Parts: sequence; structure tokens; C-alpha cells
Amino acid sequence: MKAFAYARPGSIAEALELAGDGDDTQTAYLAGGTNLVDHLRLGIARPDTLIDLSRLDFGGVEETADGGLRIGANVRNADLAADPALRRRFPFVSEALLAGASGQLRSMASTGGNLLQRTRCVYFQDRSTPCNKREPGSGCSALDGYGTYNALIGASEHCVAVHPSDLCVPLAALDAIVHVTGPGGERAIPFDQFHRLPGDAPERDTTLEASEIITAVEILALPWASRSRYRKVRDRASYAFALVSVAAAVDVADGVVTDVRLALGGVSHKPHRARAAEDALRGQPATPAAFEAAIDAELEAARPGKDNAFKVGQLRRTTVAVLTELTQTEGDRP
Amino acid sequence: MPDQHSHPTTLTVNGERHDLVLDPRVSVLDALRDRLGVTSVKKGCDHGQCGACTVIADGRRIVSCLALAVSYDGAEVTTAAGLGSVGALGALQEAFVDRDALQCGYCTPGQVCSAEAMLAEAEAGMPSHVTADVAALDPVRLSPEEVRERMSGNLCRCGAYPNIVDAILDVAGERGLA
Ligand SMILES: Cc1cc2nc3c(=O)[nH]c(=O)nc-3n(C[C@H](O)[C@H](O)[C@H](O)COP(=O)(O)OP(=O)(O)OC[C@H]3O[C@@H](n4cnc5c(N)ncnc54)[C@H](O)[C@@H]3O)c2cc1C
Ligand code: SF4
Ligand code: FES
Ligand code: FES
Repeated sequence: MKAFAYARPGSIAEALELAGDGDDTQTAYLAGGTNLVDHLRLGIARPDTLIDLSRLDFGGVEETADGGLRIGANVRNADLAADPALRRRFPFVSEALLAGASGQLRSMASTGGNLLQRTRCVYFQDRSTPCNKREPGSGCSALDGYGTYNALIGASEHCVAVHPSDLCVPLAALDAIVHVTGPGGERAIPFDQFHRLPGDAPERDTTLEASEIITAVEILALPWASRSRYRKVRDRASYAFALVSVAAAVDVADGVVTDVRLALGGVSHKPHRARAAEDALRGQPATPAAFEAAIDAELEAARPGKDNAFKVGQLRRTTVAVLTELTQTEGDRP
Repeated sequence: MPDQHSHPTTLTVNGERHDLVLDPRVSVLDALRDRLGVTSVKKGCDHGQCGACTVIADGRRIVSCLALAVSYDGAEVTTAAGLGSVGALGALQEAFVDRDALQCGYCTPGQVCSAEAMLAEAEAGMPSHVTADVAALDPVRLSPEEVRERMSGNLCRCGAYPNIVDAILDVAGERGLA
């Protein structure tokens, strides 16, 4: 591991001063450390200075005036998953957190760090292989290599990796807002604009600017999201990253889908909001045939490779199953 | 003032306070084993994947290989040795012996620390991936399926899993959680 200096600022202002307006390869922020410490050890992250944000008080889980929730960036994944207001109003967010990692990792990992975790592409983690995300211009080993986890939608010739977070899938469905503070002040980034597609700059996972700090994630009120579900398909029953995952919330009246939110994980460089499927389903009867037509409309954009074509059928079956379960039950929740 | 590559760091380990000066690269795991000679915590993968290095820090279970010691300055750390000792075993340690819940024993310190914190999480009502309905906010009842899910971050290369689950369920039962 390369040597680095360590600082534990007492405030956001102090942290920003330490980070300067500089290049984020020279400084790195530390929260729970579950991704960054691994990357320091693997030599993927090589900062000169580590700025420890883990003790800054960004607030807990608080109800907002409009009936949504504001989640401080340092709220640990385990604590967020157990939060009663989150579980009642947005159960699929809790389910997604609980489907991720392990008990130990969830009790360390922060909300902000979860959004910024980097891909699990095996070549990204192996410094002996070319990887445009780790070393821009070196090439992409996954294009012709091990491709089971490769993206189906929105990949480029420069990178075919997927975003690994479970939490981010329901957050995409909910149009969450990422609150950040940087040298230029505060901004609020809509979730859909937070993570990016690889294009010709796969080294950039997000639109966060150098030195910007995530302070909170806000979920806007959506009363019918109490009827929501997250389902993750993986190689083991527990403690494995997703092959694919589906986050769905649905509002039904008289057997008709009045509104729906759908997002897919394991599919793209960013948590994938399935807007084509949503548009196809709104106003349709809540039947498996309509659900299948809707997900098929979304999957028209899929460009499977040699190892990951099975994910298309997996997404279709999982989406239909989740929507069917959600709409079969009376009342708010089965 | 020491230079920026060595930091005064205090860790209280199993009730004993230690004042150290550490390079910020040192993990809690390496501080415990290499600096303090605390061998009741094990290194398996050093990448957060196996759970052998699990300790309880300020009441939470963590993988100590991904925890930088400087970031845990001031923490109260409990390793397996802090849960009991020969002749005065803790409830989980006793249950692991009774149930033959180990073969080589390498994963065991991590298993018992993880289980201790897991039982506290269950007592606090924290749900899991196999909770039928997270929105119901029901108290936790630990079934074999619940224990397997909640302990999935602790691998056992000897495959002692069935007896590990039984041992933990024994203690969960004693505590009114099963
Ligand atoms: C074995 C293993 C299995 C896992 N399985 C899963 C899984 O199944 N599903 C899943 O979703 N995740 C999984 N994870 C990933 C885990 O969820 C992430 O590592 C974790 O959420 C990162 O949070 P952290 O606080 O530890 O971040 P850190 O490691 O501290 O930081 C991660 C990144 O975020 C930056 N950062 C952190 N906080 C801020 C902030 N407030 N402002 C700006 N930048 C910040 C850091 O600079 C760094 O770049 C797994 C991890 C491991 C090790
Ligand atoms: S898919 Fe992306 S992360 Fe993986 S090797 Fe190619 S460039 Fe690197
Ligand atoms: S040594 Fe820490 S999880 Fe394996
Ligand atoms: S008893 Fe040998 S690894 Fe678990």
C-alpha cells in the first residue's frame, strides 16, 4: 500500500479546505472504508492524503416537511435498513440494503459510500490487466473476457461494467436527491443525473465534482411506495453481488396500474431506471401479460454479449414475478 | 506533534487501554495482532470477504481488515478472548464447544464475535433479508434460516455450518430470541 497522510477534519468546511479544489486522485475521503480500504490495499486508489469523514455529523434519518425522508450521508447501511419510517414508507429500500453484503459490512458501510462504491468488474480489481476505468486508455479486458456480469444496456466500447449497489436501485426508482457540498457551495443532484454511463470516460462513475462531499440523500414522499419490493437474483442465497435485481413500486386501482416505478440492477453502468416499461404499463390492466409487455419494451434496448444473454430472460421473469406479487395482494402490503 | 504519517491512536481491547503510534495504513486487524499480540482475531482474506477478522467495535460487528486503526481511535474493541476465557467461557463459546461447532477452529473467533453482535441486532429488532415483511416491524424470531442469513458474512472452510447454526440457536433460545 502506498503511504498516505491522514487527517480527520472536525467540520465539512475543514474537510473541503484539506481537499482544496484539487484533483481527486491526490486526496480521498474515507467513510466506512469497506470499499476504499480494499482499493488502497489493491493499489487501485493511491491518494496522498486520506480525509476521514466518518465522524462528521451529517444527521440521521429525518422526516422532511413533505413526508419524505432525509438520510445523513454517514447513516450506516444496517441502521438505515432498520429504520421504522423507511421500512413503512419505502420497504424496498430496506429490502435492498438487507440483500447487500453481510451483517459486518452493513454495520460499517455508509449511505454516501454505498452510492460511490466502484464496480466489481474483475479486471478493474486486477492491476495486471488493462482497464479503462482504472487506467484510462489502457483498453477494456471485459469486452472479450469474462462477461457474465457485463452490462446489457448503455455500455460503450470503452467499458461494459455495471454499478454494483443494491441500495441505489430503489433510490433510482424513487427519484432520490443527492445533496452535496463542495468548494462552490451546495447543490442537489437528481438521482438519474448522479451516476453516469461510461461513454468515452469510464473513469468517471458519477457527476460529482472534485472535492465535493455527499451530505445527505433525500427521498421525496410517494405514499403508494409502501407497496414496493426489491428482488435480487444471485449465484448464492446470500452474500453475493447481483446478477440482476428489480426494484418496483406500484399503484393499482380497480385492477388498473395507475402508476409504477421500476428500476433494474446489474444491468448498466448506472442504476437503471426502466422508464420505457413504466410508460408502457401506466393505464394498463395489472396482469402478467401487461407486465411482460412492459418489461419487453424496456429490454428492447438490451445488447447482450456472449456470456450474459441469460440475464435478459432473468430480468423478464423477475420483473413479472415481482409486479404480480405486488398487485395480487390487497391492502398496502402482503 | 508527530509527522503526518504516524498518528497517536488509542484502542481499548477487551477492557485494556493501549496507546499506540500508528502509520495510517495499519488496519485494526494488524494493530491487534502485530502491534498488540492479540491473536484472538484471525486474518483470512484481508479483503472483507471471509469474516475471520470479525471483532465488535463500540458495540457493532466489523471486519477489522477493512477498518483503519487511526479511524477507530478511541474505540472499545472486543475480540473472542473478550467474550470469555478458559474455565469461564461465554455462552456462545460454551455452545460452540457443546455442539462441536468447529473443526480447525480458524473461523471460530470471528464466528462467535459476529454471533454475539448478531444476537444484539436481533434483540434490537433489526430485520434481515429473510424477514417476511420488513414493514410490519415485528420483533425478530431467530429461525435456522434467519441465523444462516444473518451469519452469511462468516465463512467456514471446514463446513461446520450445521453445528454453528445449532450452537447459535441454543444461545438465541436462552435469550428468548428463537
Ligand atoms: C465482500 C463485500 C461484499 C459486498 N457486497 C455488496 C452487495 O451485495 N451489494 C452492495 O450494494 N454492496 C456490497 N458491497 C459494497 C459495500 O456496500 C460498499 O463497500 C459500501 O457501501 C461502501 O460504503 P463505505 O462507507 O464503506 O465507503 P468507503 O469505502 O469509505 O468509500 C467508498 C467511496 O466513497 C467515497 N465517499 C464515502 N463517503 C463520502 C462522502 N460523504 N462524500 C464523498 N465521498 C464519499 C470514498 O472516497 C470512496 O471513494 C460489498 C462489499 C464487500 C467488501
Ligand atoms: S468493463 Fe470497465 S471496469 Fe471492466 S475492464 Fe472494461 S473498462 Fe475496466
Ligand atoms: S480477513 Fe477480514 S474479512 Fe477476511
Ligand atoms: S472450523 Fe475450520 S474454518 Fe471453520
